[in-house]
Amino acid sequence: MANLLDIRRRIRSVRNTRQITKAMQMVSAAKLRRAQERAMAARPYGKMLVNVLKSLVSRSELYDPVTGEARHPLLMRREEKTALVVVVSGEKGLAGAFNANILKAAARFIASKEGKNIDILCLGRKSRDYFRRRYPSGEPGEARKGKIQIIGEHVGLMNRAQFASAKEIAERVVGLYTDGKADSVYFVFNEFKSVIAQRLVVDDILPISKVGEEDIVMTEEATEEERKRRIEAAMHAGVGVRAADTSAIDQAAAGFGTAQVDYIYEDDPGKLFGNLLPRYISVQLFRGMLESEAAEHAARMTAMDSATSNASDMIDSLTLVMNRARQAKITKEIIEIVSGAAAAQ
Amino acid sequence: MAETIQLEIVTPERLVVKDTVEDVYIPGATGYLGILPGHAPLISELAVGEITYHVSGQEKKLAVAWGFAEVLPDKVTILAETAERADEIDVARAQAAKLRAEDELKKAGPEGNADAQAALQRATTRLDVAGQKTATH
Repeated sequence: MANLLDIRRRIRSVRNTRQITKAMQMVSAAKLRRAQERAMAARPYGKMLVNVLKSLVSRSELYDPVTGEARHPLLMRREEKTALVVVVSGEKGLAGAFNANILKAAARFIASKEGKNIDILCLGRKSRDYFRRRYPSGEPGEARKGKIQIIGEHVGLMNRAQFASAKEIAERVVGLYTDGKADSVYFVFNEFKSVIAQRLVVDDILPISKVGEEDIVMTEEATEEERKRRIEAAMHAGVGVRAADTSAIDQAAAGFGTAQVDYIYEDDPGKLFGNLLPRYISVQLFRGMLESEAAEHAARMTAMDSATSNASDMIDSLTLVMNRARQAKITKEIIEIVSGAAAAQ
Repeated sequence: MAETIQLEIVTPERLVVKDTVEDVYIPGATGYLGILPGHAPLISELAVGEITYHVSGQEKKLAVAWGFAEVLPDKVTILAETAERADEIDVARAQAAKLRAEDELKKAGPEGNADAQAALQRATTRLDVAGQKTATH
């Protein structure tokens, strides 16, 4: 039988751990709420931009009327020799399988592009650490370090992602694409609509095939069990499970630039469209970063909820062992006294 | 025709302004535009500059860098990449940015440096907007 004192010490230690995981769970829940709000706040801008782009498509001669071919470089599909893959991961661990899943999906996608040159752009510390161990860093363009190489990393962006950084990255990506150093751009991130509606996606962001629509080339849905865990964790932390109602925002945004009137255009629609397209990319990147951030907090919340309940289970079973040990000790003492008394008679 | 306009200024990070205003002046790509209630529908790209509007006689200013405006007779919606009210502007940072841009421009010589030029413009606009705020106080 284990020493009573040792068991008591164990229980105390597990209890301390539980307190920490509980606190982390609450912090993640608060951060998740904030991240969701930020993702909501970013919606109108994105929606409106898409609307303007759509209305411009019909007004300007972006597509050749005869062949239907696109005239803007960002819309033209060319032979894929080099693919640029932008991977968004978290900055920190202790978020369950969040980072592992996204990196696995990215690795699988890269493997599916075998034979092509792959440039990787890492957003988030975890993706940098992962790819750095595997592939060399190099420069985009002719002088490659290998078939697969890392061309850039951005660490520390993912806590409170800023639009300015999304824009900076988007400008680089668009630059590489227009310079012909990348023939296509893929964006790997964890899509987050709500705690239950999330999945890993690989979005083909360049060339743009259709404005306002995602071009998902690969997805990975969460398993049923994972989803259940998430709902449980969200309920423990008091976070809403369903997606917030965005219909009001969407409706207001949908009106933008689509009124049934003839607008006076201050500038040439074609030129305007050209100026807007790169911003569309930055909006997409920004959205991905915000969603990934929300997903990271949700994953951490779930992981910490599991840890907390595991700690509780452990305390229960240790308490049981402790009580049993105490009882055994008392029984033993009684036997000793009784048999001692019997011997004295 | 209505006497006021609904003004909305939206950035990627949040909704900055949602107000009923008497007039709006926006920095169009080809020059400043003054908009009063009942303006003809118009779509325009915005340059770096100041947005000025009046709410019950009070003047308000914002610094914007690149944006996009839709004007309807009773509503003006502005999509701006950044839009800052006077009290949100970090004067020290804008000042530093201005000096840096001026430096770059000097180095670039006669052929110029478009990025630095744009940066300088952004910094000056910010300082202008911030300065007016402190002056009226």
